[in-house]
Amino acid sequence: MKPISHIAKTVPASGIRKFFDIVSQMDDVISLGVGEPDFVTPWRIREACIYSLEKGYTNYTSNYGLLELRKHISTYLNERWGLHYNPENQILVTVGVSEGLDLAMRAILNPGEEVLIPEPSYVSYKPCVLFAGGVPVPLGTTPESGFKVTPEQIAAAVTPRTKALLISYPSNPTGATISREELQAIVDVAREHDLFIISDEIYDRLTYEGHHTAVPELNGAYERTILLNGFSKAYAMTGWRIAYAASTPDVIEAMMKIHQYTMLCAPIMSQMAAIEAIKNCGRECDEMAEEYNRRRRLIVAGLNNIGLDCTIPGGAFYAFPSIKKTGLTSEEFSERLLFEEKVAVVPGNAFGECGEGYIRCSYATGIDQIKIALERMERFVENLGVEGRLKAAGRE
Amino acid sequence: MTSLTLNAIVSQMAAIEQFTNNILKILEQDARTTPAQIAVMTGRTEQEVKDQIAALEQKGIIKRYKTVIDWAKAGRERTYAFIDVKVTPSRGVGFDDVAERIYKYPEVQSVYLVSGEYDLRVVVAGTSLKEVSFFVSEKLATIDNVQATITHFVLKRYKEDFEIFEDTSEDRRLSVAP
Repeated sequence: MKPISHIAKTVPASGIRKFFDIVSQMDDVISLGVGEPDFVTPWRIREACIYSLEKGYTNYTSNYGLLELRKHISTYLNERWGLHYNPENQILVTVGVSEGLDLAMRAILNPGEEVLIPEPSYVSYKPCVLFAGGVPVPLGTTPESGFKVTPEQIAAAVTPRTKALLISYPSNPTGATISREELQAIVDVAREHDLFIISDEIYDRLTYEGHHTAVPELNGAYERTILLNGFSKAYAMTGWRIAYAASTPDVIEAMMKIHQYTMLCAPIMSQMAAIEAIKNCGRECDEMAEEYNRRRRLIVAGLNNIGLDCTIPGGAFYAFPSIKKTGLTSEEFSERLLFEEKVAVVPGNAFGECGEGYIRCSYATGIDQIKIALERMERFVENLGVEGRLKAAGRE
Repeated sequence: MTSLTLNAIVSQMAAIEQFTNNILKILEQDARTTPAQIAVMTGRTEQEVKDQIAALEQKGIIKRYKTVIDWAKAGRERTYAFIDVKVTPSRGVGFDDVAERIYKYPEVQSVYLVSGEYDLRVVVAGTSLKEVSFFVSEKLATIDNVQATITHFVLKRYKEDFEIFEDTSEDRRLSVAP
């Protein structure tokens, strides 16, 4: 047998996967490791999908997606951010932002071209660039900068081969948000070096501090930005796999071609559900965001109280506390916490090297569960402290 | 200057409304949440939370803190009936008077004045079918001005106070996901 492709062979499987395999063997685990809403998709969205199936909507759609859905997306982007995207040729309905990201990379990259990726970042960014023949260039961030990439970092990393900057605020895994001014400074650097900006704004509706800025709103950003967004997080629709990309007609045309030959179109039932979501579910969306916000304050206060220093995440549904004080690595901490106290978190290094020393705690879990998880974590950290003192006294 | 002040007032009012809404949502989910916990979840001080709860209680927005009990599980089956009551108001005796006569009975869980063919919608709880029937025939139907009643016994409760009974939904998510 000849070997499989070099890239497929060498790209490591997600570090999260390994953890999932352990957790799924155990009972009574409280999981703060889940990267999706704990809410079920609002009933009216599910009902709209059922109705469309009853009416026989089971066919292919346009490669771009249903025009009605694209029109709603266009209107939504206009009403929310004042953006103008022609629904005919500037919006592409994709199978999740994950597909949108893959299409964007394949549409813009030539072999060997570099993509700057601020880390800690979502697990699929680097592999997506690799699969598209590009070279990911990680830019590590720290709590001192609020896990935000700086214009200086970007400028320093640019080479003649740099093609694009991939950013995502609010961030998974850190929950970091960014101000309009900071974002404009980043756009200015991208413009100076003529880079594409791929902006994954899937968590935009889950912004608790200040207001979310859409990248293409900013000066000099529109013509170089590929905006990726979707329905998974805002409307609790992860399993529907439905999202969209918005950009210039040239870029969308290129992305559409790849989509056409590989995916054909997003499932029509998900598109029908998305129409109901974007038309009528703003209130449900806001209510879920308010609930996440209450949990956010609870978990951040709880973690800091335990001694796991945690910057205040302005968005998404993750806290990213430091575990450095414990002297354990992220993986040791996560594994021991799981085996000793049955709380699942994700080790920070799954999101890039600079995530070492941190863990990701998702608060897409009910308040009661969060309270219990915090109690267990407190006991775990206290016991570690005792262990540490014993070691120090040489009485291990 | 005036418009600035006005804006400030408007945004302050919105903040208070959100604060209130947060408290109500938290207490609706779990009435035993302490002011200290609510303070954390809303980003306010414990004293602010206490004051706001006191104000909500005083205004009657928070009426009381009750416990949702599954009496069937506790081995104490309860029988509920919805009773539609047709009332003939007469001089000096309006709907309110009849309603009052009815709602004073401890068996009565709720009373509404409704539009349509009948006037009052009464919800009665009893330990048995017999007890509820007896209440309707002996107490309710005999009230002056009550012209007619229709009794609907509750056979099964699917949802009450936004709470779905026998909710079979479970967390189907992968326990660790990106």
